[in-house]
Amino acid sequence: MKEQNPILQVKDLTVSFNAFAGKVQAVRGVNFDLNKGETLCIVGESGSGKSVTNKAIMGILSKNAVIERGEILYDGMDLTKLTEKQFCQIRGKRIAMVFQDPLSALNPIMKVGKQITETLRIHQNLSHEEARKSAIELMGAVGIPEPEKRFNQYPFQFSGGMRQRIVIVIALACNPEILICDEPTTALDVTIQSKILDLIKTLKKQRDLSVIFITHNMGVVANMADRICVMYAGKIVEFGTSDDIFYHPAHPYTWALLSAMPDSESRERLFSIPGAPPNMLMPPKGDAFAPRNLYALDIDFKEEPPFFRLSDTHYAATWLLHPYAPKVEMPQELRKRIERMIEEDKKYEQQ
Amino acid sequence: MNNNEHDILLDVKDLHTHFTSGYGKNKVTVKAVNGVSFQVKKGETFGLVGESGCGKTTLGRTIIRLYNPTSGEVVFNGKTISGKKDGELQKFLTSNIAMVFQDPIASLNPRMTVQEIIAEGLKIKGIKDEAAVQRMVEESLYRVGLLPEHATRYPHEFSGGQRQRIGIARALIVKPTMVIADEPISALDVSIQAQVINVLNDLKKEMGLTILFIAHDLSVVKYFSDTIGVMYRGRIVEMGEADKVYRNPLHPYTKSLISSIPLPNPHGEKRRVRISYDPSLYHYDAAEKLQMRPVEEGHSILCTESEYAGYLEQAKAFS
Repeated sequence: MKEQNPILQVKDLTVSFNAFAGKVQAVRGVNFDLNKGETLCIVGESGSGKSVTNKAIMGILSKNAVIERGEILYDGMDLTKLTEKQFCQIRGKRIAMVFQDPLSALNPIMKVGKQITETLRIHQNLSHEEARKSAIELMGAVGIPEPEKRFNQYPFQFSGGMRQRIVIVIALACNPEILICDEPTTALDVTIQSKILDLIKTLKKQRDLSVIFITHNMGVVANMADRICVMYAGKIVEFGTSDDIFYHPAHPYTWALLSAMPDSESRERLFSIPGAPPNMLMPPKGDAFAPRNLYALDIDFKEEPPFFRLSDTHYAATWLLHPYAPKVEMPQELRKRIERMIEEDKKYEQQ
Repeated sequence: MNNNEHDILLDVKDLHTHFTSGYGKNKVTVKAVNGVSFQVKKGETFGLVGESGCGKTTLGRTIIRLYNPTSGEVVFNGKTISGKKDGELQKFLTSNIAMVFQDPIASLNPRMTVQEIIAEGLKIKGIKDEAAVQRMVEESLYRVGLLPEHATRYPHEFSGGQRQRIGIARALIVKPTMVIADEPISALDVSIQAQVINVLNDLKKEMGLTILFIAHDLSVVKYFSDTIGVMYRGRIVEMGEADKVYRNPLHPYTKSLISSIPLPNPHGEKRRVRISYDPSLYHYDAAEKLQMRPVEEGHSILCTESEYAGYLEQAKAFS
């Protein structure tokens, strides 16, 4: 094992919202480390708490949110205990975020140039001219043609992909260490999506960024991830390296996510997860996924599964891995898909 | 193509839809649909792919006459539906073609109950028998996997996937011959996408529906359609049987589309070469020379005379 030095550690993070109907437990004890220079993907359905976790890291939770327990360790500080004033020194400067919808993330009545230089002027005390220069340089670096001209335009004059590039420029303006991408390509077309993903990958390499990437598309995950966390109902249910998750998935929820995508080879009926995610006002007892799980055991409804170790890097929280549990195989179609994947890899190696 | 005249349900011939804005010298014309021809057979699913802004939605809306075509002809079941839109044509359209819209939140009226939303088509058709309406609503709810008690609820009480199924139930209740599904799944989550695709697939089999499926995700279109048309800048650049287009894409734009689909295979993703499409290299603006030409059985491509030979060779080399 090579020595890992986590740059960011999330420990037992628990976030809930005080809503009219009661307390919504959005995140229930999440643990993960982000290592230097890696891409960590967080996958899950909408409402599984992926965005809330990352908003907690950025310190931009809404007013009715309460961090009940846990800590977020970054550079010797616990981010959950910082005052707003201290947080301003980190947010945007050392940890930056790319949002899902580039249209609503940008101010529609402010020229994009000003939106980029705003962060530079606040955090780095640059003069107008200097900020303009470095903004234009960055705009060129992310592949915006004619940056001098584009600098003085408004967001509506940009296409969707170009707008997302502007959001990325704003995030990168102060040379952050950590970049959080919250579904940056969900609102975009496939062709533009692949360009933006490539861009994030090259920028990551050039600047030695550590990236947290949130998405629900397993294809995008395969493209980006070094390590993957699968989240469900406010908890991480499985985590491991990208090979662990794609070649040896162990949690039934991961199986379901993987088999819900249409495969280029087959025309079998797609697997859809029955039911809906649980109501987080009253999270169910035991394993939250049990009511929708075809392989649920009796104990799933009574007691929460702990993490079972599959390898040094791969852990999953499901009772199916307990030594006394009945042996359950992953669904046929998924097994076939993985076999096809391995075959393809072999073919490629031979070439 | 060597089809029976009777098999063809929808025949679009050189359809143009242009939008203009401004007057005098400020007049700007956007050629959203710029000469599209294709045929859809009975019971077939025709998938239309392309990036946003390529005119695929405009094409769908022009067929159902939400927009008026600038020129060209659309023949549906032997009747021209691109002419003057009078009451009779309107009636013909609403009872034969139905549409499922992209955004299930925006396309359902928040002040109407599900019962009212779904039964609206029947009301317009002039069916007044309350009991019969009730029965048909329940039947169409059942068909998309919802329960009869859902009928009295309002759209905000449903999740995204359920809302989209309400949209599908509304489209199906008039027993249309064809459904135009305009990006029905791109606003939904993965697991819910699978639900909606499965519902559409079942309906296709049970009712023998003809579907015009519009989407930007080629992997979904490939999974779902019999024939694929790839659109770029208001034209269809490649068209053919789903497998042939997907396995042996010839037009550079189709190649770039296929290379950018994210696949759930980490090693495959890493070694994949993405192809980007530069339209200036392919005489795109030389309009007079461009023509759809067949390269093999059930597979044709938009190209110039000089490019044609090259494509033919590629097609032969593949088979």
